[in-house]
Amino acid sequence: MSKIGLIIQREYLTRVKKKSFLILSFVGPILIAALMIIPAWLAIKDVDNQKIEVIDESGLFINQIKDTKELEFHYEFRSLADAQEDLNNGGEYTAVLHIPKVVVTLPKTVQLFYKSKPKGSSVRYMENAIEEVIENKKLEDLYNLSLDQISGLRPDVDIVSKKLNEEGETKESAGALATGVGIVLAFVIYLFIFLFGVQVMRGVIEEKTNRIVEVIISSVKPFELMMGKIVGIAAVAFTQVFLWIVLSGALIIGAQQFFKEDLLDAKTAQIEQMEQTLGTEAPKVSKGSQFVAEINKKLESINFPLVIGAFLFYFLGGYLLYGSLFAAIGSAVDNESDTQQFMFPITMPLILSIVFAQLVMDNPDGDVAFWTSIIPFTSPIVMMVRIPFGVVPWQLILSMALLVVTFLGTTWMAGKIYRTGILMYGKKVNFKELGKWLFRKN
Amino acid sequence: MSSIIKADNIVKQYANHRALNDVSIDVLKGCVFGLLGPNGAGKTSFIRIINQITGPDSGQVYFDGAPIKPEDVNHIGYLPEERGLYKKMEVGEQAMYLAQLKGMSKAMAKERLKEWFKKFDLDTWWNKKIEELSKGMAQKVQFITTVLHEPKLLILDEPFSGFDPINTNLVKQEILRLKEEGTSIILSTHNMGSVEEICENIALINNSKKILDGNVKQIQQDFKEGVYEIEFKGSMIAFTNALWTGCELIDSHEEDGMHTAKVKLLDHKSPNELIKAVIGEVEIHGLTEIIPSVNEIFIKQVKENSAKKEVNHE
Repeated sequence: MSKIGLIIQREYLTRVKKKSFLILSFVGPILIAALMIIPAWLAIKDVDNQKIEVIDESGLFINQIKDTKELEFHYEFRSLADAQEDLNNGGEYTAVLHIPKVVVTLPKTVQLFYKSKPKGSSVRYMENAIEEVIENKKLEDLYNLSLDQISGLRPDVDIVSKKLNEEGETKESAGALATGVGIVLAFVIYLFIFLFGVQVMRGVIEEKTNRIVEVIISSVKPFELMMGKIVGIAAVAFTQVFLWIVLSGALIIGAQQFFKEDLLDAKTAQIEQMEQTLGTEAPKVSKGSQFVAEINKKLESINFPLVIGAFLFYFLGGYLLYGSLFAAIGSAVDNESDTQQFMFPITMPLILSIVFAQLVMDNPDGDVAFWTSIIPFTSPIVMMVRIPFGVVPWQLILSMALLVVTFLGTTWMAGKIYRTGILMYGKKVNFKELGKWLFRKN
Repeated sequence: MSSIIKADNIVKQYANHRALNDVSIDVLKGCVFGLLGPNGAGKTSFIRIINQITGPDSGQVYFDGAPIKPEDVNHIGYLPEERGLYKKMEVGEQAMYLAQLKGMSKAMAKERLKEWFKKFDLDTWWNKKIEELSKGMAQKVQFITTVLHEPKLLILDEPFSGFDPINTNLVKQEILRLKEEGTSIILSTHNMGSVEEICENIALINNSKKILDGNVKQIQQDFKEGVYEIEFKGSMIAFTNALWTGCELIDSHEEDGMHTAKVKLLDHKSPNELIKAVIGEVEIHGLTEIIPSVNEIFIKQVKENSAKKEVNHE
């Protein structure tokens, strides 16, 4: 095996064999899976079966609030006090909804008395229903409109955004889903550059402080040692991402099999609830399947091979760019506490990238998006946000080419600083000094 | 005899100081060569150039007769003064890694490591982590990894530091054995006793310049100052009176009636003349010529050289 191969192997194996690597590899996917499974599971478990007694003093609401899966409304004509007493003595109802006479003019006077607190969404459902009735009543009184006319006044607008490409074809853009895919991948890149870039730095400092570095560079070139470390740690990062994807995928699929029926129910329940909350009155044709179809359609609009390819490219490119800078910092200091002043200019663009990424999410084709996805110090993160929306090829090529050129440049610079730095002890180094090292001959 | 390392007119300039100024050194094959000099004289810079960790600004290094090339590092074993190992790595794994970096095959490295570990009483430590080892043991491991690939040239910078007397002796024996087997060795140390004991040739570097080099015995002969130690019984006053103007009494003391005096003979006078002068006055029990130790030569040379430098500066 070549010497650089040996270094890569050592860097890789010593890290992969560590307990912390194993823990992170398994805890990460469990967290991811938990984030996806638990809300769904809670939705199933968290059913709010309420039988609500409606005391309607205004007389406007009789049979106007529709029952749902969870809520059942019963209209009784008795005093509030009686109803409350029944509720207290464990009568057949679980809550009392009191609508006073003055509700049309003073809508804030509606009260709900309960034994066990209804879910927020149930309360919002009632609020929406009551508001709608009041609104209808007002429209009826003021403009003498019939109920049919009123519902005709409420158009259901849903903008379908389509991207027009150069061939004049249109493609439905992915919208919220694209945003989600992009920002998640961008965040993964950000996290891993940070996590593993710092590992490169620590590794260099470790070799320097325990003084093994001089022994090793009497066998290999300093540049080989640095690159071996960076590449070895990159392999660790890829292993970790791979494990995360495979394990969390397996966990989620496993959980879906396990809760198959329940989850389907939960999904439809969630959708219904969403629509109830929004108060829309869309026709009741199998909403669940419609929703799934829509998701699939949107998924299809994302070019996944491109997204995955770009993810791997920007992941590696960004890591190499920042990893080499972290290596240079590590070589210039004697211990980790001295790294502060050098860390700032490197972490700054990284942190800015994630800030820009959020702006770009909202406007993926704007000026900010363009420039930050071309500049190599922010592009690995920002471009990932843009790609699911579709990026003009020349921009993508320019961004990738600049990233490659820049990481070659930073690696060259880092190599120069590293070569001098690893043999320099007990000297407080500043940026001016680093600059000198850059131009020092061998 | 041909040389393993021949360095011609090496100059190494750092930003604001010159680490090596026109240094030429010739290390013969199969010899132990002592590289001496005070701290900061430029020894480490020179060693790093031979190891190709850094390059000279001018001058040329020849290894085994040819201009030195990157692959030659596989034939050099280097034990730096500031040394260490990966603390979290297992002893065996680490030794295997360093051996392979020197171009050894896995099987060969393992076989030889087993032998060396046995010799140095380390065989039960193969799977222990370096951080669990005592300093002396870690030094042993480090020494083994330096010599494991049977280099043609061994560069040892303070090899005895961190060893107890027993292990110092063990390492010394190994160095001499390697020399017998034909390994050339550059030894850089401040331990002058071991220089006299094991080095054939030395070079003394001070203030970035080589100020002295050659065979140790020859240098000691060259630095003789005609001082003799004479042991006698009798009167010290009579002895002093008998000394003629061509000699100078440097030091004397008495123990149980036996006087020991150091006398310096001027103008390369023969010791016979000293005997002639005092033989009638006292009873002579012994006469020895004082050969200066490497330590004395070192201190004297460095002091003179530094003084000269200061004069030049003024």
